[in-house]
Amino acid sequence: MKRIIVVGLLILTCFLLQCTLFHWLSFGGIIPNLLIVLTASFGFMRGERSGLVIGFISGILMDIFFGAAIGFYALLYMYIGYANGKFCQIFYPEDIKLPMALIICSDLIYGVVCYILMFLMRARFHFSYYFVHIILPEIVYTTLVTLFLYPIVLRINRKLEAGEKQNEKKFV
Amino acid sequence: MSPIIKRKGEKFTLPGKYLLFILTILCMGSIVLTFKTNIFSGPFNTVAGYVIVPFERGISAVGRWLSNRSEELVQIRDLLKENAALRAQVDELTIENNVLQQDRYELNNLRQLYKLDSQYAGYEKVGARIIARDAGNWFHSFVIDKGSEDGIAVDMNVIAGSGLVGRIVDVGRNWSKVTSVIADNSNVSGKVLATSDHLIVLGDLELYGQGVIRFEQLVDSADRVVEGDKIVTSNISNKYLPNILIGYINTLEKDANNITKSGLLTPAVDFEHLEEVLVILELKQALTE
Repeated sequence: MKRIIVVGLLILTCFLLQCTLFHWLSFGGIIPNLLIVLTASFGFMRGERSGLVIGFISGILMDIFFGAAIGFYALLYMYIGYANGKFCQIFYPEDIKLPMALIICSDLIYGVVCYILMFLMRARFHFSYYFVHIILPEIVYTTLVTLFLYPIVLRINRKLEAGEKQNEKKFV
Repeated sequence: MSPIIKRKGEKFTLPGKYLLFILTILCMGSIVLTFKTNIFSGPFNTVAGYVIVPFERGISAVGRWLSNRSEELVQIRDLLKENAALRAQVDELTIENNVLQQDRYELNNLRQLYKLDSQYAGYEKVGARIIARDAGNWFHSFVIDKGSEDGIAVDMNVIAGSGLVGRIVDVGRNWSKVTSVIADNSNVSGKVLATSDHLIVLGDLELYGQGVIRFEQLVDSADRVVEGDKIVTSNISNKYLPNILIGYINTLEKDANNITKSGLLTPAVDFEHLEEVLVILELKQALTE
């Protein structure tokens, strides 16, 4: 229960920051993708289920406010969360390389899928332009933000897990 | 043993792949449904209005305040430099001013003859503040802090200053979503003000980096349209009210088919620094079928 509230608040905060505050901190009109950081990190920290549920909720928020159809971003974020969950087995909290690589890959896939489904399908063939001007800057900025956001998410998760373990002991 | 069969005493949890499968179908269904109907917009928008919009308003206000302060600090240094230069200019201008004042009397008289009405005075408008912008980097849509409670409905036109910003695409109780004319997925039917030649204005993410957007299908057989002409919304559009300024023609080229022309236009509105907009509370009268 505590986990649901905390994670819910975390998603809400990231979404709100992304669509308000970060527009004032944008570099060349590009904002970082906090929700993908959150989805991916819960995916590889907690497993497939967590990843896909958090991805789904993040995506639905995006859909309600900024999507053309409800379900599109939800689907995309959900699969990214699920795919990250596959790496739960080889994840160690001390190692920063795997999380960074996964988050960068996730953002890259997110960008490319967005391009293919929403731009290529409408005959915008100039992929190199979109890659250099939208996808790549977003990845760089997201990576930068990850350096600050990821340790926070990691610490929150650790606290939650510690709390859950204590509860279990009490019952046994 | 099947993973979804419940063993005695075990807490029931649905495995990830089943959940993924169910939610995928759910999403697919809702994508199709949103394209065909609008049953989702009601409940979702109401919930969002209560849960998220208040936060957005608050953070927006704080963010705006902070960015204004930081801009001020930068500006102070520039202002000191500018001040010295301006003082010199004041002297020059005082002389010029005397000459101009004489011209003004003449202009005033001519204006009264023309009885120029202010451009869009005829429409009833409501002011709104932008409280959130697109959380992705692909489109230019934003959320404003007025909704159905203030009389806003889908397809109402949004302007800022004197130019067209876009139109309302979704309405909640106290918020609404605006898609701007520069967004990659927006098309506006327009015309050249001087010659009434019709054209289509297309939003373009690629070009907007250079501060321009595209227009197409301009039929100008008499070759009267020139660069710098005003483009306004046309009266054949079924969403936009007529004669709202969209922008000015930047470049003009003949298409390969030798019949139509296309080119670039500079929007009249500065979308980068948009904070307040006006919503015209009048819908274009649609023909009933």
